[in-house]
Amino acid sequence: MMPLMMCATLPASPATKAMYSRILTSGLFAGAAAGLITALLQLYFVQPVLLHAELYESGELVHFGADPVTAHPDLPGMFAEPVRDGLSIIFTMLTYTGYGLVLAALMSVAERQGHEINARTGLMWGLAGFVAFHFAPGLSLAPEVPGVAAADVGVRQIWWTITVAAAGVAMGLIAFGGNLVSYLVAALLLMAPHIIGAPEPETFSGPVPTEIGALFAARAFGIGMAAWVLLGSFAGYFWQAEGKRTDAAA
Amino acid sequence: MTTKTIKASAAGTSFLPAVFAVVLGLGIITLTGHVQASALHDAAHDVRHATGFPCH
Repeated sequence: MMPLMMCATLPASPATKAMYSRILTSGLFAGAAAGLITALLQLYFVQPVLLHAELYESGELVHFGADPVTAHPDLPGMFAEPVRDGLSIIFTMLTYTGYGLVLAALMSVAERQGHEINARTGLMWGLAGFVAFHFAPGLSLAPEVPGVAAADVGVRQIWWTITVAAAGVAMGLIAFGGNLVSYLVAALLLMAPHIIGAPEPETFSGPVPTEIGALFAARAFGIGMAAWVLLGSFAGYFWQAEGKRTDAAA
Repeated sequence: MTTKTIKASAAGTSFLPAVFAVVLGLGIITLTGHVQASALHDAAHDVRHATGFPCH
């Protein structure tokens, strides 16, 4: 009896080891791949808008100054600042690897409940992840260019975290709840942070033209959605592929 | 009895990898997205803006 008890309390049974490996591998592969593509998309579509805004943040360009300002200043191209852009690539890959690990872990739980996980269903997971981690907090704390007025960063981070958690639970309820009450609770969880309200600045002091701010928010959301759909699909694909590989090895 | 024990142990432990991965994942996201230490902030600056994290 004693050896059996020890067996029951040891965490690293072969099945558990295989599960660690499957979650970590699929999360890591999906996150790194989606993160790399996302980083390149961001550098091409989002970064020029950010660099443009920084010209106003630094005062090099002045909105509503004495003279009209060109909307098309010379901006450094992709990889003109290799260290800065390289760091952006690394940190985007890291960020999406974090998301990928969370996604793969939740996929493992869903599969145990009998839900099919593959590259196709992964698209829906990705969309849900985009809503939870990017769109829900961004609805009230819009993706912002440097230099805009905003409330204290710590308070915004708390609001961001609570909103992401609430939206994440809501996505789960919508996907797996299956009854009216869970849909209503999900709707409440999605709306509540915005009804309560995000931390706002006391006054507006942003020097950046509204055209640039709006374009930045739209681009950030668009690339964010593409990123998450890729991540979800990749995670679903690697989840299934890793499962087949470990089944074959067993 | 033996079978039962083993099954129970498998069911009991197999959420651990998922919990571990979630904690690790959220830890990485906190590090890249939220920690305000200036070296981290500067390195991740553009990504934080583009990914919609509160930055400054």
